[in-house]
Amino acid sequence: MTDVLQIRDLDVSFATDAGAVKAVDRVSLTVGPGEVVAIVGESGSGKTVTAKTILGLLPETATRSGAVLLRSKDGSSENDIVSVSKDRLRQIRGADVSMVFQEPSTALNPVYTVGWQIAEGLRAHDPKLSAKAARARAIDILTRVGIPEPEVRVDYYPHQFSGGQKQRVVIAMALVLDPGLIVADEPTTALDVTVQAEILDLLRRCRDEFGSSIVLITHNMGVVADLADRVVVMYQGEIVEEADVYSLFANPQNDYTKKLLAAVPRIGQKIEAAERKAPIARDAEPVVRAEKLQIEYPGRMGRPGFKAVDGVSFSIAPGEVLGLVGESGSGKTTIGRAIAGLTKVTGGSLRVLDSEMNGMKERAFRPKRSSIGFVFQDPASSFNPLLTITECVAEPLKVHRKDLDARAVSQRVGELLEAVQLPRSYGDRYPHELSGGQRQRASLARALALNPKLLVADEPTSALDVSVQARVLELFAELQAELGFAALFISHDLAVVDILADRIAVLYHGKLIEEGTGVEVLGAPKDPYTQRLLASLPVPDPIAQAERRRLLADLIAGNPPA
Amino acid sequence: MAITTATSPSTPKRSLWRRLPIVHQLSQSVGIQRGMLVTGLVLTALFVLTALLAPILAPYGYSQLRDESGGFGAQRPPSAEHLLGTTVGGYDVLSRVIWGAQTALSVVVVAVLLSIFAGVALGLVSGYFGGWLDRILVVVCDAIYAFPTLLLAIVMSIAISGGQSSLWGGIFAAAISITVVFIPQYFRVIRAETVRIKSEAYVESAKVVGTGNVRIMFRHVLRNATRTLPLIFTLNASEAILTLAGLGFLGFGIEPTSASEWGFDLNKALSDVSSGIWWTSVPVGLALVLAVLGMTLVGESLNDLADPRLRGRRAVAASSGTVAETSVVPGGSLTAGPGGLAGLENEGRS
Repeated sequence: MTDVLQIRDLDVSFATDAGAVKAVDRVSLTVGPGEVVAIVGESGSGKTVTAKTILGLLPETATRSGAVLLRSKDGSSENDIVSVSKDRLRQIRGADVSMVFQEPSTALNPVYTVGWQIAEGLRAHDPKLSAKAARARAIDILTRVGIPEPEVRVDYYPHQFSGGQKQRVVIAMALVLDPGLIVADEPTTALDVTVQAEILDLLRRCRDEFGSSIVLITHNMGVVADLADRVVVMYQGEIVEEADVYSLFANPQNDYTKKLLAAVPRIGQKIEAAERKAPIARDAEPVVRAEKLQIEYPGRMGRPGFKAVDGVSFSIAPGEVLGLVGESGSGKTTIGRAIAGLTKVTGGSLRVLDSEMNGMKERAFRPKRSSIGFVFQDPASSFNPLLTITECVAEPLKVHRKDLDARAVSQRVGELLEAVQLPRSYGDRYPHELSGGQRQRASLARALALNPKLLVADEPTSALDVSVQARVLELFAELQAELGFAALFISHDLAVVDILADRIAVLYHGKLIEEGTGVEVLGAPKDPYTQRLLASLPVPDPIAQAERRRLLADLIAGNPPA
Repeated sequence: MAITTATSPSTPKRSLWRRLPIVHQLSQSVGIQRGMLVTGLVLTALFVLTALLAPILAPYGYSQLRDESGGFGAQRPPSAEHLLGTTVGGYDVLSRVIWGAQTALSVVVVAVLLSIFAGVALGLVSGYFGGWLDRILVVVCDAIYAFPTLLLAIVMSIAISGGQSSLWGGIFAAAISITVVFIPQYFRVIRAETVRIKSEAYVESAKVVGTGNVRIMFRHVLRNATRTLPLIFTLNASEAILTLAGLGFLGFGIEPTSASEWGFDLNKALSDVSSGIWWTSVPVGLALVLAVLGMTLVGESLNDLADPRLRGRRAVAASSGTVAETSVVPGGSLTAGPGGLAGLENEGRS
């Protein structure tokens, strides 16, 4: 056998306060040399636990059985990670197997230079290595992962790199000892889509140039289609399907895999509910009108402030859904927060429901708040953990509708929960007793409690699994068609915005660069940034994705990124 | 996509009794941590019971010098009439120890009650509104921290009691002087929690709804900020006893005729130690140590149990446990409980 990694009958259980929980259930898989195996699954499917077992990184509360056989790159030794001693495990880590973490900004120590951190890994395996030699190797590896000016950058601290470059450094750390296997746990989840494309290219080069095998843990089917050779689908701790990437996407066998693939949002896919909504009254007074809107965060003593939003103009007609798309730092969330009065407007004009937000007084704006609903990104933190769902949803009613008695309030809450398709009995539960998708539906119920004219949804589905996301989007579209509220839908995902929005506005570095209907913006993008954004979005189809990859390469070659 | 509202297996609510602060932790603990907690609880219960039942338990009054058969006499060794002998002042040692528990308990109760309300209220307002009020309060609290605790307590005790030494006068003098030292601690903790919670999404969501500041403060912030209070409470209670004893030992406590006070008795027993009279100092010292130890043990184990990373758990058999139900494609999981996998993975997905 020449497999780099063999997992046989792996079982992992955790001791928790609620008793034993089994995370991985009789999982067996193999990874050949130079192969990219993707482990796909939704949160809680056991994919991360499986990955951590490969490096022996499980916490003390975990109990495992089975075998994880890891062969070194030159084939000279083979070890069972489950049973080796701690010392031996330390030698194996880095040299035979290494890891690329999800969040590059937390995987790097902020008080050391990146060169020091790369050298640290080298010294751990070869204490006699001189500082000069270690530095030379650090510079060499930084060059190979595509960091410009590595001789200078080797002495930079992590915060001096951008998110994508930080992930490159993390990959460099993983590659420096030339391991036979790299475990990449959601390596691009925390990154913007244009950066994601670059990192995926780099990982592909890891395989081609370094000859490493890769275990790729991800929930993003587009990433799988882009990079993987073979796919393992996990569900509830078990492997439900294993196939090569082409046959999996072309012809999925398992029901779960089929549903998972169907739930992935695609550009150009319209859903029924969004089709049958009432026509938008374009000539009516807009609900939100921004003119040359500027929002600046104050800088520290003496330094100039940071302009998050710079001269943006747009309007939202009653009953219209405006999709706001942009990467992190583009100012999209800031605009949403300004509309809800959570962030101060510093320049230009922003009229929300006929009141000017520039120089707004909280006391004067408070009555207007009953007409604005807000759905937050993370459903886990947007509910007070000590209140039941009923109490949380009733909060807006208790604040604005003091005329309602307790019975009327509970009646209304029941209606709302049913409107978002949660059983009434769920009202007695606490937020942590609901799953992410259920919480986000409850959050929608709370936002709609007062029949708002305007709903601001800030990345409402980005914290959710893809199958749950599909359902929440569907529900959003149905409610919007039924209740006819105007909405600002903020997202970084072009496909999600395309499903819901009547018009799409693309933000880049605080400026609005393109605006129009979904067909206009996504069908024939004019701005080069929109073109690149669109081309970077991986599609869940390996053949089409290979084609798109070529297009993106051409695009970047034609217009070098700023 | 049709959405079915499937009936869920109802998650059994733990009874109110099981969710009470200490009972909950007790059922959660295992091994050494449980041993520590139980020891602490037993010692603390013993201390509280002794204090409450002092009039029944103590053979004599705290300031009693004679009974029907005449004076007790000074520095008598343990005997049938005086199980732990008598002090240099002619008091019964056992009775003084038992009555001393009562004084100590009342000081703890008064001190903690006074400081907890003032500290929590100030911390909440300061943390929530911020601005100049916050800055002034933080500076004042830092200034109080800079003083040696005992010195501050002495100054306060002189200022408050003005040389009087009645029972409640003494207790309040001691309690208030301790309060001054404790308020900054509660203030600090609640303020830090408030500042953290203020930026949580659920507080912002309350703001978007248009909830008033007072309602946000009490309904959303305060209830979530009080988690660490039981911990500081127990640690402060033991510190209060020590400060009281320290005051008494230095002569700023309560006169023996007003109440029994351990620190005072220890002070008077100083000269006995060198002359081989052990019974005047050892029982008092032991009572003091055990009372403090009990509360500290409770506090420390609560601290460990509150942190999932420090909390010990029983090891599980390799293939035991059920697979946690995760999100199902057509629905989303219907039973997401605290035992779900989300709680196990250290990094939350951002």
